[in-house]
Amino acid sequence: MKTQEFHQINETIHEEKMDNGLQVFLLSKPEMVKTYGIFTTDYGSIDQTFTPLGEDKEVTVPEGIAHFLEHKLFEKEDRDVFQDFTKLGASANAFTSFTKTAYLFSATSHVYENVRTLVDFVQDPYFSEQSVEKEKGIISQEIRMYDDQPDWRGFFGTIGSLYHKHPVKIDIAGTVDSIQHITKDDLYTCYETFYHPSNMVLFIAGNFEPEQMMDFIRENQQRKEFPEAPEINRRFPREPVSAFKSEEAIEMAVSTPKAYVGLKEQVDGLSGEEILHNELLSDMLLDHYFSTSGKFYDELYQSGLVDDSFHFETEWEREFGFTILGGDSRKPDAFLKRLKKMLLSIKEEKISAEDFEKMKRKKIGEFMRALNSLEFIANQYTHYHMLGVNLFNVLPEIESLKKEDMEEFIENWIQESQMTTFQVKPKE
Amino acid sequence: MKTAKQYTEEQQGYRLHVLPTNKYKTVSIVVKWKAPLEKETITRRALLPSIMEKATENFPSARKLQGALEDLYGTALSADASKKGENHVITFRMEVVNDRYLKDEDSILKKALHILNDVLFHPKSEGEGFSASVFKREKETLAQRIRSIKDDKMSYANTRLLDHMCEDEAYGVHAQGHLEDLEPLTNEELYSYYKNMLQKDELDVYITGDVSQEEMIPLFNEYFVRHAAEPAPATTVSDMQVEEPREIIEREEMSQGKLHIGFRTHTFFGEEDYYALQVFNGIFGGFPSSKLFMNVREKHSLAYYAASRFESHKGLMFVFSGIDPADYDQAKTIILDQKKAIEDGDFTNEDVEEAKQQIIHQLKETMEHPYGLIEILYHQQLSGRQIEASELFERLEKVSREDVVRIAKKIELDTVYFLTSLEKGDA
Repeated sequence: MKTQEFHQINETIHEEKMDNGLQVFLLSKPEMVKTYGIFTTDYGSIDQTFTPLGEDKEVTVPEGIAHFLEHKLFEKEDRDVFQDFTKLGASANAFTSFTKTAYLFSATSHVYENVRTLVDFVQDPYFSEQSVEKEKGIISQEIRMYDDQPDWRGFFGTIGSLYHKHPVKIDIAGTVDSIQHITKDDLYTCYETFYHPSNMVLFIAGNFEPEQMMDFIRENQQRKEFPEAPEINRRFPREPVSAFKSEEAIEMAVSTPKAYVGLKEQVDGLSGEEILHNELLSDMLLDHYFSTSGKFYDELYQSGLVDDSFHFETEWEREFGFTILGGDSRKPDAFLKRLKKMLLSIKEEKISAEDFEKMKRKKIGEFMRALNSLEFIANQYTHYHMLGVNLFNVLPEIESLKKEDMEEFIENWIQESQMTTFQVKPKE
Repeated sequence: MKTAKQYTEEQQGYRLHVLPTNKYKTVSIVVKWKAPLEKETITRRALLPSIMEKATENFPSARKLQGALEDLYGTALSADASKKGENHVITFRMEVVNDRYLKDEDSILKKALHILNDVLFHPKSEGEGFSASVFKREKETLAQRIRSIKDDKMSYANTRLLDHMCEDEAYGVHAQGHLEDLEPLTNEELYSYYKNMLQKDELDVYITGDVSQEEMIPLFNEYFVRHAAEPAPATTVSDMQVEEPREIIEREEMSQGKLHIGFRTHTFFGEEDYYALQVFNGIFGGFPSSKLFMNVREKHSLAYYAASRFESHKGLMFVFSGIDPADYDQAKTIILDQKKAIEDGDFTNEDVEEAKQQIIHQLKETMEHPYGLIEILYHQQLSGRQIEASELFERLEKVSREDVVRIAKKIELDTVYFLTSLEKGDA
């Protein structure tokens, strides 16, 4: 077990790589009542084409299968795993994103039993034809629920018109049609390939003694057998730099139109550190111009082009990166035109040294506030680890940023060809 | 289990609650203004927080105010308005990085309190009104928000259920206000209501983080002064008996139907039965191991979600589920059968114990979050009874099987509401 101390924020991380390849991180917080655990595989909705473990031919699996698998891991031959956690007074959940699937619990008692329950249920799949069929009804309703949400449709619609063929453009849960093709055998294929311990990270944060917890996890892993696993061979289509479409719109029963601008960020050839660096800078930049204190937001708000539903987000991953800005607008065409112009004019804007210090201070405060949350630490530590970066180095990284870094970032930022606009229009 | 240590001081015109803890890297301040829930004032109260957080005397625009907060290491300030039983509560929340984690010398907390004081007591004004431009813009924004409720089908179904169920009760008013009251509202009327609120609302201030009571009291005396309030008359909650359960179906263009069912629990926060109500809800629909989830979702594959929750100060309980429009009758029957099953004692002692452990876990988890803890303490403040966490857990532990059956029978079905897709030929 290795120990790493981060003095400025007063946190200590214990880590160990198990013999089977599983990476474990522990954050012991004896002052907390709660313990939170999250078990994550580096496998999400975009991992559609790959070579299954032990085979040599590449396969492409149905859309939405990673999410389907997430649902099905909770069901065992004789029980539902939610009830195991219930018996231990804990709550459990799971989520699937573009790049990850994660299983988690939160407990205020029976910490070790809950850790064991989490690790054992994820490492012991049971899929049957009957239970796969049953899940199709449940997931169909989940998909329909999202179909009725205009914000969701706007967000995924924007991504869909940014990408030509990269699987980030498909819905994480798939479609009501695509999930009908999923079989028990597909689930096992994906499971065996992507749920190998060497592709997973376990993070436990909260009230426990770290040595004892690490021993507990090590013993648990030593009792199980896994085949040798070479590095996973995943394949993604080559994606052009430009946006797929320059504009797109759908119609829905909404009272107010929704409008978004999407930017396709370039991540090709970037290291983990560079991804983090760019993510921080793009976030600070958007915040500077488009948060409540930003001059562009102020202009859009004062002129009545947007209301306080306006928001932005930026996501940077190994395989893709995008930024989306938008919200409700009663004048969507004028809003999008103005917003695009603003984004393209950022290159001509000047950021003063004073402003840049302000941007850094705000980011530091935001980061420190987030550290109150065990969930934030565990989820983000895992996320950055999978990118090859340490979460607790984010603070020194922000502190070391210089105005010149921002200028260089802006210089190489988006071109108009990497932008798209997307509207959700009220039905006539 | 460590219980929260709370120091409550009656300050001039408000109660100050100091909750020292070393769990957080930040200091959180929550300010709560409370008045009776009324159709006449709700729209004004819905509009006030967004105006107050936009511009003050010292920081006369949203950009300047936000800029000042950002200078304090991105101190977060937010404001909202909500219903708590038949009270209306306007809440301001501020979260400041604790000075000891920063390399700065000046006290950030002090500066942040200064801004908070400005926001609450010195909004930017012009004559006998707020800044005219802020008023105009925020009025438009609120109107927009009211019109957009329809776009979020789950909250729209909730709103419609309450419209029908609490037609003649204060609780039926909309927390975000009503368009017909917003349109004629003038800046002067709102400003005069604000002055009235400063005078009459009950005010509670909470602060939690690595702070001490000795430091906080003088600090608040300096930055947080209010002229003594005239105490408002205590509100009494109306509790209606159900004459005949109603069934209402409404249609919109959508693909999934929203089945929302309202019940009367006749049970309120702070009462003896309240603990049994929590356990009942745990067995019925509060968790993924509850009857609703296990039957509507796992057994019959009808829904992705099927759950229940209750309103503590108004004695209501709601079930909600998203289903295929064709499955309405089946889903409704299954849901109502689950309640009947509990009335008939169709659950195990183990179910009771598990529900208790889930509730205790949930409470402990909430108490560990700064805003969560403050919400729990404020609930108690509203009910007029302060209960130690340990006593709370003891009372939960004492709930018996018979108590759960009794509560199940006490809970009355009031309204079945179904928001569903248009019929063929409607569109």
